[in-house]
Amino acid sequence: MSLVAEVRVQRGVLHVELDVRVADGEVLAVLGPNGAGKSTLLRVLAGLLPPDGGRVTVDGEPWDDVDAGVHLPAHRRRLGMVFQDHLLFPHLSITDNVAFGLRTRGAGRREARAAAAHWLERVELADLGARRPGQLSGGQAQRVALARALAGEPPVLLLDEPLSALDARTRLTVRAELRRHLGEFGGSTVLVTHDPVDAMALADRVVVVEEGRVVQAGPPGEVARRPRTDYVARLVGLALLPGTGEGATVRLDGGGRVAVAEETAGTVFVAVRPESVALWPQRPEGSPRNVWPVRLASATPHGATVRCELAGEVPLLADVTAAAFAEMGLAPGAQLWATVKASEVAVYER
Amino acid sequence: MRSRRERSVPAPLLVPAVLAVAFLVLPLVGLLVRTPWSELWPQLTSPGVGEALRLSLVSATLATAVSLVLGVPLAWVLARSRIRGRGVLRALVTVPLVLPPVVGGVALFLVLGRQGIVGRWLDEAFDITIPFTTTAVVIAETFVAMPFLVISVEGALRAADARYEEAAATLGADRWTTFRRVTLPLVAPGIAAGAVLCWARALGEFGATITFAGNFPGTTQTMPLAVYLALQQDPESAIVLSLVLLAVSLATLLLLRGRWLGRAGAAP
Repeated sequence: MSLVAEVRVQRGVLHVELDVRVADGEVLAVLGPNGAGKSTLLRVLAGLLPPDGGRVTVDGEPWDDVDAGVHLPAHRRRLGMVFQDHLLFPHLSITDNVAFGLRTRGAGRREARAAAAHWLERVELADLGARRPGQLSGGQAQRVALARALAGEPPVLLLDEPLSALDARTRLTVRAELRRHLGEFGGSTVLVTHDPVDAMALADRVVVVEEGRVVQAGPPGEVARRPRTDYVARLVGLALLPGTGEGATVRLDGGGRVAVAEETAGTVFVAVRPESVALWPQRPEGSPRNVWPVRLASATPHGATVRCELAGEVPLLADVTAAAFAEMGLAPGAQLWATVKASEVAVYER
Repeated sequence: MRSRRERSVPAPLLVPAVLAVAFLVLPLVGLLVRTPWSELWPQLTSPGVGEALRLSLVSATLATAVSLVLGVPLAWVLARSRIRGRGVLRALVTVPLVLPPVVGGVALFLVLGRQGIVGRWLDEAFDITIPFTTTAVVIAETFVAMPFLVISVEGALRAADARYEEAAATLGADRWTTFRRVTLPLVAPGIAAGAVLCWARALGEFGATITFAGNFPGTTQTMPLAVYLALQQDPESAIVLSLVLLAVSLATLLLLRGRWLGRAGAAP
């Protein structure tokens, strides 16, 4: 069936109050900055940390229920967990690592070894079974960790920043493989990450957590297109401007107006993608409806483009090609004009 | 030039350091110089020496075994459990480290002696007498040496990453299984180093042994007691016995440095 959790934990000054619900076969990404309570949620689900309140139910079976005094210890929860730094047992061979969970849950040695070999085949590491974890690359170790977590065929899979210890190139291939395995996995998956790319690539649904609370939830595309907090906007690289809709324009809370393509009313968010912002050394000719004086606050190269942070009444992000950036002779502090087409501005209710 | 100056040791540090080395090494050199090498073999094979050596090795090994069986679980409790009064417990456990061994012997005698609290009961109920037996030697050595093992293993447990144990729990291992299959192998080098330290300490034990177990050749006279006795009657045999103990100590040190301390030190 599914995982249903209402988790209340007080950790120092952080009060975690998170409700999550994950259906069978669904992957839920919990996205948030460090210290937001993501890992606390995962530790509670795993049974490593008893919650101060709330309940955790898996397929109708209570794992935690503080009011009823129920707390199933970690080792009696049928789950698999993958940690950021794999935590493969260094004194055991790869095969014995993968077989570990099967052995503790009562399988015979030969049966467990055979199942482990099968799982190593599935992560395409069949010929490394005799090695020790210390002899594997980071990507291989994380794939073994995934095999170890999945070998017991648990109803719940918990992934704690599974890709963040890997270098950029390895991350790409392991992410692709992880995506394939999650697609085949029939249980509920909770993925904790601070990388929006992981969330977008792997999850069916995203909850964004800040300071122990869910600040936004929805399908990954929706969260990426229509962020509701500065944190998410920064993560997905959008300028997020709160304001009030007045017909085809929005009066921004920070001052200034933005022309939009659809009529709105009430409190709204305006989101502007960096690639739809154009920069000009002088006020452009004609009469574009959205034109603002800005100052270049900082610039960071991003592949073939340069991401420009613009300060002014309407703070924006702009992507310009490296060639154009050089041609205009831009440097931090430069006074510029920014234009955006009204049709390129996303506007949605707050 | 510069690197040479940085490497040179200032005189106020160098002179005391050299003196310290001389102070530590010269007595051992003296022992070697005074050794009657020609009489070494006859002395070593004389019945008294062999008996004392055998008794020493057996009792130190038994004391180490007892320390392992009791001390490793104690170290785990100190390092991993959340019971109250752990600090007090640790302080109590380490008391024998700083206590003069003679005092330990007296204390053991008061508890396990015939008139002691436990000793009287053992005597009356089971007709068991502990003082002045080989059992007493093992008990005295365990009392003095076990804290070395406990402290060493506790340190290894604290240094070991407890998240491996959490990973084991998520794989269905209860705490006992986790201890056997994950924790124990992870801290094995620390346990081995602790056991060697413990064994060496037990081998050299004098004060508690002579107080609680007495000095009876064949049953309680270990090598250190034999050395002390021999020095008063037959200094040459005392030198030979000392040389044997020195050799055993050096072997222990080599074992520790080469095999276990090195590996334990290299582990993260």
